[in-house]
Parts: sequence; structure tokens; C-alpha cells
Amino acid sequence: MSKVHLTIDGKKVAAKEGMTILEAAQSVSVSIPTLCHQAKLAPYGGCRLCMVELDMGDWTRFVVSCVYTVEKDLVVTTRSEKLDSVRRNILELLLAHAPDSPKLAELAEEYGADRNRYEQDASFCIHCGLCVRYCAEVVGKHAVGFIDRGIRKEISFIPEIAAKECNECKECFPLCPTSYLQAAFVLAESLVFPKEVSESASKK
Amino acid sequence: MNTKNIDRIIDKHQGTADSLIQVLLGIQSEYQWLPKAALERVGERLQVPMSRIQHIATFYKAFSLVPKGRHQVHICMGTACHVRGAPRILDMMRDLTGISPGETDQELKFSLETVNCIGCCALGPVVEIDGKVHGKISTAETADILEQYK
Repeated sequence: MSKVHLTIDGKKVAAKEGMTILEAAQSVSVSIPTLCHQAKLAPYGGCRLCMVELDMGDWTRFVVSCVYTVEKDLVVTTRSEKLDSVRRNILELLLAHAPDSPKLAELAEEYGADRNRYEQDASFCIHCGLCVRYCAEVVGKHAVGFIDRGIRKEISFIPEIAAKECNECKECFPLCPTSYLQAAFVLAESLVFPKEVSESASKK
Repeated sequence: MNTKNIDRIIDKHQGTADSLIQVLLGIQSEYQWLPKAALERVGERLQVPMSRIQHIATFYKAFSLVPKGRHQVHICMGTACHVRGAPRILDMMRDLTGISPGETDQELKFSLETVNCIGCCALGPVVEIDGKVHGKISTAETADILEQYK
């Protein structure tokens, strides 16, 4: 496979064709912040935090590096004043939903995001889709999915599948940046497949 | 609901995963809602996981996971209809049917829904029932119009 040559933060990179900018950057240990990216999963482009700047000559273009594939002679900047302000704004919007997420707090410190900039509406889920995609793509059980849309969008466990599979697996739990997934699971478990009931039922 | 009927709807759309929305629309128009057993059959036949079906069924407003009435009443609340008295028509509908927007009455006769614009503002206030548009209606006429639907 032919190599694609590009520049990331002044470093010359020879990337494989079809690679994303994010993967190319990681190959030369340039770090780009991400929330919804996971090496095992297909690119998603949900959080937009990995936004980078492309030099187009007399203007620059902002693209999402985890879904944008490398092209010949791209000149990529991963940190600039404008990018910082974009990332700061994204973080501030996410912090309105999950103010105490350790992962968000860490990034907020780096980019100077103010957790109180927007009115807090703690829904905890930031729709990164990691749990949903991990369950579908890696585990293949499809025990959790999204429901509804827009501001009402949330994750929802399929009770029949979750009751059978989740207790032994729980591989998606550490992926969640806000711990909302664990809370949603406990809630779903206590509402639709309580432990005691299923255990006593199996004894009969 | 019987499985044979669901299978017939699925077969009409070649039974592949990418026809999921068409199949769901078919079931919705026949039963006025998407019964759980039907969704399970669709998942089995089209090889689509339930999480995906659930996502799509809750995403589009055309689908309902609870039974709907035989007649779908849509009251336009767009700007033109609003200034021409749509709120009064809505109040009248509420009184006549005993239900609020988003609800279905106990006899499964009417489902009431408000919409933001039907696109025929010159006819305002507009009420659409089962796809038929009733334009320039007054509160007094509302009862007569509902009478036509059994």
C-alpha cells in the first residue's frame, strides 16, 4: 500500500492510505484530545473534541481528525488559539451535562473551560456512544442502545438481553467518561430485572 | 396481530436489513402502532438487533410504541393558523374528545397531535384528519367535522 506524506505540527509523517489524521498523529506521538474515540471501534466523530486545523494556503479549515482520512501534502495543526477556543466551548457545553466527570475536569483544566459557563442541566450522558458501539461492535450483544433524539436522546438497556449478558460482561463500564452508564445499568436492573427475583425464580 | 401478517409485510420489502424503516412504516400503517411482538419478529427476519429497531422506532415521530386511535387528528399550530384561532380549535378538540395532544382516547377512536405547519397557511386554521385537510374551520364546525369519523 502506498504511503501518504503529510505534516502534523511541523513533523513529517508517512501515513498509510485510508488512515485518519488522528491515527497518523498518534503514530508520531502527537497527542490530540478525544472523548468518543476508541481504537477498537469504528470512527464515530461524536464529540468533535479532536478537531484540527488544516492549512489551505490563504485560509484554514477545521476538520474532525478521527473521521478525516489523510491526504497528500496536508499541513495539520493540532493546537492553536482558535482550536483551543473550539475545544473550550465543546467542553463547557459537555460540562453543563456532566459537571463532575473526572475525564472532563482534566480536559477542562488544560483548555481553561469554565464548568459554570452554561446553565447546568445534569443529564450525565454526553452521547459519546462508547457503550452502545462497544456492545455492538466488540461484544456483539447489542444490549444497550440509544433511544429518542435531540435533547431527549438517552441510552437504554434492552431488558431481555441485559438480564442475561450484562452481569458477566460489564466491559463497557470503564469506557464511560461520566459513570452515567453504570447508573443507568443499576436503574434498569432494579426496575426490569431485579437480581433477587431472577435468582429465586431460577431456584423454583 | 399474527406473525403471518407481519411476515407478509416484511416479504413485500425483500426482507433485507436496509428495508427496516419501510417495514416499520408498513406495520405502523396497518396497526396504527408497533407491537413489541411485531418488532421482535422484524428483528429476527431482517437480522437487525433490537437496540437498533428501538433507536429508529423512537427517533421518528411517524412511529408509535403505544396503540393509536383509528383516526389521527393533527391540529396545525403554525403562525398563520395560530393568529386565526388555532388555540381555540385545540381547546374545542380537547373538550370534544376528552384528550390532550399526544394522547389517545379509551375507545381508540381519536389520537390528537399538534403540528407546527401543514403548509397550507391560506386555509388556516387547519385541522388534518387521516390525511384529509379541513381548512378555514371555526370552533362551531369542529364538532360536525368530528361527527364524520366513526
